[in-house]
Amino acid sequence: MISMQVEKKLHAADGEMTLKLDLQISEGHLVTIYGESGAGKTTTLRILSGLLKPDKGLIEVDGKVWYNSERGICLRPQQRNIGFVFQDYALFPHMSVLQNLQFASKSKADKAAMDRLVELMELGALQHRKPQSLSGGQQQRAALARALVQKPKILLLDEPLSALDYKIRMKLQDHLLEAHQEFGLTTLLISHDISEISKLSDQVVVLKKGEITKQGTAAEVFVDEKISGKFKFTGEVLNIQQQDVVFIVTVRIQNQVVKVIAQQTEIQGIKTGDRVMVASKAFNPVIYKMDP
Amino acid sequence: MNWDPLILTFKLAFVTTVILFVLSIPLANWLAHSRSRIKPLIETLVSMPLVLPPTVLGFYFLVAFSPGNAFGSWLNDWLGLRLVFSFPGLVIASVLYSLPFMVHPIQSGLSGIPASIREASYVMGRSRLDTLLRVLLPNIKPSILTGIVLAFAHTVGEFGVVLMIGGSIPGETRVASIAIYDEVEALNYASANFYSAVLFIITFCVLLLVYLVNGGYLKRFWR
Repeated sequence: MISMQVEKKLHAADGEMTLKLDLQISEGHLVTIYGESGAGKTTTLRILSGLLKPDKGLIEVDGKVWYNSERGICLRPQQRNIGFVFQDYALFPHMSVLQNLQFASKSKADKAAMDRLVELMELGALQHRKPQSLSGGQQQRAALARALVQKPKILLLDEPLSALDYKIRMKLQDHLLEAHQEFGLTTLLISHDISEISKLSDQVVVLKKGEITKQGTAAEVFVDEKISGKFKFTGEVLNIQQQDVVFIVTVRIQNQVVKVIAQQTEIQGIKTGDRVMVASKAFNPVIYKMDP
Repeated sequence: MNWDPLILTFKLAFVTTVILFVLSIPLANWLAHSRSRIKPLIETLVSMPLVLPPTVLGFYFLVAFSPGNAFGSWLNDWLGLRLVFSFPGLVIASVLYSLPFMVHPIQSGLSGIPASIREASYVMGRSRLDTLLRVLLPNIKPSILTGIVLAFAHTVGEFGVVLMIGGSIPGETRVASIAIYDEVEALNYASANFYSAVLFIITFCVLLLVYLVNGGYLKRFWR
């Protein structure tokens, strides 16, 4: 159980803003933080990990005080035992994958756990290579494995999958879920991808300009109540083609590609690469552009 | 030929470089990561020897260390140290004089490492010292090599400071650059040429080696 009530003044690009967080996260949950860049997502993870000190507030994890501004308590990151996967992975360039894992390990003796992680993340063939010789997805797996070596209770992931292509993303999402369940982690994830969020998370927290605007399950947070459709999917527009008087829109939904017929009025403002929701209303599927 | 001035020069440069290396790593680390208010002041002081005439530095050392002054006589009476016209005095002056040449490369090397690398190590439970020694320094080997070589070469090339505080005592403070000056004054061009040529060749080789190593040319050659 993580309980976090903190405030921190930030100097954002468009002037000062105050990050105000009031979060309760149950043990074993996978929580996604969603929001525009500059909303305070990364800062939230940094505060929880102890890399950044808030101005005031309280952080308690499993009944233990990690931060209390009134009593002057602030545990250093070294004391918090958190697994953190950075956006740039932060693998140590001068060490091989295995050495990176060993550096994170508290006891050298725990070889069985290390081997299990290498196996789980499919790093066997890569373990003696240096990070710069690995692809993005391989680096990501190494970083995830490294974050788990120290057997953390809490895993923080700062947009770990954003730089990867679709196929590898899907695979890594599975790796992530597997690790989350196998190690009984409480995981906080930053992500922009709604289908990814829907697949992975128990709880979604929407941050806007430093404040939590929405909280709940992915379905509760992302589905617009105005649409009374029978089924809804989110996806990405791959192609728009005119055929006589209608348009054929090719949409990628998760790992499927579907074609949807749309009227001129419906596709106005929708272009290739847009994130859209495909919903069925009676018989005709209709397309709505979603908020970015 | 008298090799003493050359040997003394390299002895001085070696001792100075070792002291500077030990001193500069914590200093450069602090300068690279601190957000303290006095940081600009410290940075200025470290960089001063770059622009100040060496004679200025030498002059103030001479005044401060002279046994006729309070500080100099205190050193003399309590520690038995005479820093004017002596080798230890030369070492102290050289350390300050070459400080920026060691600190700056290491500092810029450390600043160039993404903060997430350091933070990843902290989150793993590694202390600051452990992180510095096992993560940060191994990643800036070229910067460390540059710092060591520049500090060494700069100390070899020192003249003004030595002249002011060391004088020209054979075997004690008469380094090669001073010896060249003395020999030229005595119209002894052959000796001056000998010292000059040796310094010229050695500094050329040392700097060439740095560029070869840092440019990765040697690695390519060995492969």
